[in-house]
Amino acid sequence: MGSKRSRHGLENAPIVAGNGLIDRRALLGRGVLLAGAMGTGGALTGAAAEPLTDAPWSLEQGAVLPTYQVASRFEKPVARTLSNPKNEPRTSHARTPHHLLAGTITPNGLHFTICHQGGTPDIDPDKHRLVIHGMVKQPLVFTLDTLARYPMTTRITFLECGGNSAPMFSPVPLQESVQALHGLASCAEWTGVKLSVLLEEAGVDPAAKWLIAEGADVSGLSRSTPLKKAMDDAMVALYQNGERLMPGNGYPMRLLLPGYEGNMNVKYLRRIKLTDQPQMSYYETRTYSQLLPGGKAYRFYFLQEVKSFITQPSHGMALKEPGYYEISGIAYSGAGRIAKVTVSADGGTSWAEAALQTPVLPKAFTRFRMPWRWDGAPAVLQSRAWDESGAVQPTRAEFVALRGETKTPPNVLGFPNQHYNSITSWGVGPKGEVKHVYA
Amino acid sequence: MSMRRTAGRAATLALVLGAGAALAETPNLGRPVSEADIAAWDISILPDGQGLPAGNGTAAQGKTVYAEQCAACHGDNGRGGILGSVVGAPPIDRIEATKTIANFWGYPTTVFDFIRRAMPATQPRTLSADQVYALVAYIFAENKLIGEADVMSAETLPKVKMPNRDNFIIRFPDRI
Repeated sequence: MGSKRSRHGLENAPIVAGNGLIDRRALLGRGVLLAGAMGTGGALTGAAAEPLTDAPWSLEQGAVLPTYQVASRFEKPVARTLSNPKNEPRTSHARTPHHLLAGTITPNGLHFTICHQGGTPDIDPDKHRLVIHGMVKQPLVFTLDTLARYPMTTRITFLECGGNSAPMFSPVPLQESVQALHGLASCAEWTGVKLSVLLEEAGVDPAAKWLIAEGADVSGLSRSTPLKKAMDDAMVALYQNGERLMPGNGYPMRLLLPGYEGNMNVKYLRRIKLTDQPQMSYYETRTYSQLLPGGKAYRFYFLQEVKSFITQPSHGMALKEPGYYEISGIAYSGAGRIAKVTVSADGGTSWAEAALQTPVLPKAFTRFRMPWRWDGAPAVLQSRAWDESGAVQPTRAEFVALRGETKTPPNVLGFPNQHYNSITSWGVGPKGEVKHVYA
Repeated sequence: MSMRRTAGRAATLALVLGAGAALAETPNLGRPVSEADIAAWDISILPDGQGLPAGNGTAAQGKTVYAEQCAACHGDNGRGGILGSVVGAPPIDRIEATKTIANFWGYPTTVFDFIRRAMPATQPRTLSADQVYALVAYIFAENKLIGEADVMSAETLPKVKMPNRDNFIIRFPDRI
């Protein structure tokens, strides 16, 4: 392939928005042409290239196959970050490294975890019990073995902490990675028993309006959920991406409420009580009730609203040279499918529609991609998502006008407030360095 | 299960589905139990007082329990602890304001429920009902929500008016 032709192709790539955003359709038909243009770079003769030789691993016996394999030793940075590595008596968080992942399914070892009190319980699955009682005809007790015999239902859905993205309530952009800012969201394929099946077997009293779910962890973590949601798409999840739940994600069983605040998806689920009123538990009336400017507070927020953020490139990365890059990120909404994601490279002055990886599933991570030619000048990258209910991700200005921001920059590990879903902006400097900015 | 019985059940299921009935057969593998069997696990306390156990306590009794069980994390006399004060009502003048029992919590029952289920953090569910009532009385009295001599019990506790009770907005009413 001649350089002239390749360069011609790149220069003719259809630019659809400011600062070098290329029509997303280039990812399909014209992608080969663009890739060819980049591959040739400046050195066309190959005269300066090193001769290729066999590396040691090509000449030696490899390692024994492990019974349960883990990532290559070269992938050590692909890890969760821990907020409480010494398991002190406070909440522990482990955040997903979005900037080092490229899919929509979070590998089980990298799924985010929060344990509010006492770390991860060590539950013997044979001794674990789930009881359903309260406003039912017949209270019932289930073992893991009996639940595993039920018809299984499966869905791919995200879970997100109500406090994810909370550092963005800061009045100035905290210089932190996408993992620190948005790492308390993950997505997995969950398999288990439809909760409505179990509730109907127990016989729901028509006057019941709520269920109280409780975990077998040391805090007996407890949350109330409207029965309406329980009868819609709730599940008692037994499997996570095909294997049993991870200990940090609720082993051996958890409540799954697709699209609803992570804390409501009670882990280590051991008790469901049907009632005519919410419990007004600590976590629903204190921790996960959000103060508003002026002193009122939201209660029962439940919904994780439409959000997106760019994962590559993102804060802490560096673009090595001008040229072609793929902007990629994830979008999701607790209200349903992602309908559209747009991307800007000029701080929101102009936008272009990103390609969505299929299938686009309701209440699941949807990966978006946008081809981009960086010309070496400063740029500000943003993404903005719409969901099928018509909800749109707010700009930061729109968001803080309603919800406020903190007076001073908060600790990045703190939760000054919750349910933050506005646009994230990454500034690209003249040397290619990527920083968190507000735009 | 015999083949014949399996076939019979399948036929029944097909009939039910064919008739468009809502009563599809489900496995019914739960073991029936009585509420009495569940009593040890049933620790939910509702805002109207349902679930509150027998017993009672006063602030004077609670002061002693507090010093032994709570002060290490929540500070002497409920103030200034490393895991947060239980006494005090700083103004809610910022979206990141500290939420305390007296300036934020909407229901007195939540205090009993949470202390009983989750405290002390390293040994939850070891306090007696009387001890929890006494702790609630102590915390409420220190916060001037009740009088020094008031007795907390299943009768009196749900009636305590929390100052911030009416300052909440249901975010999405149609989801309830």
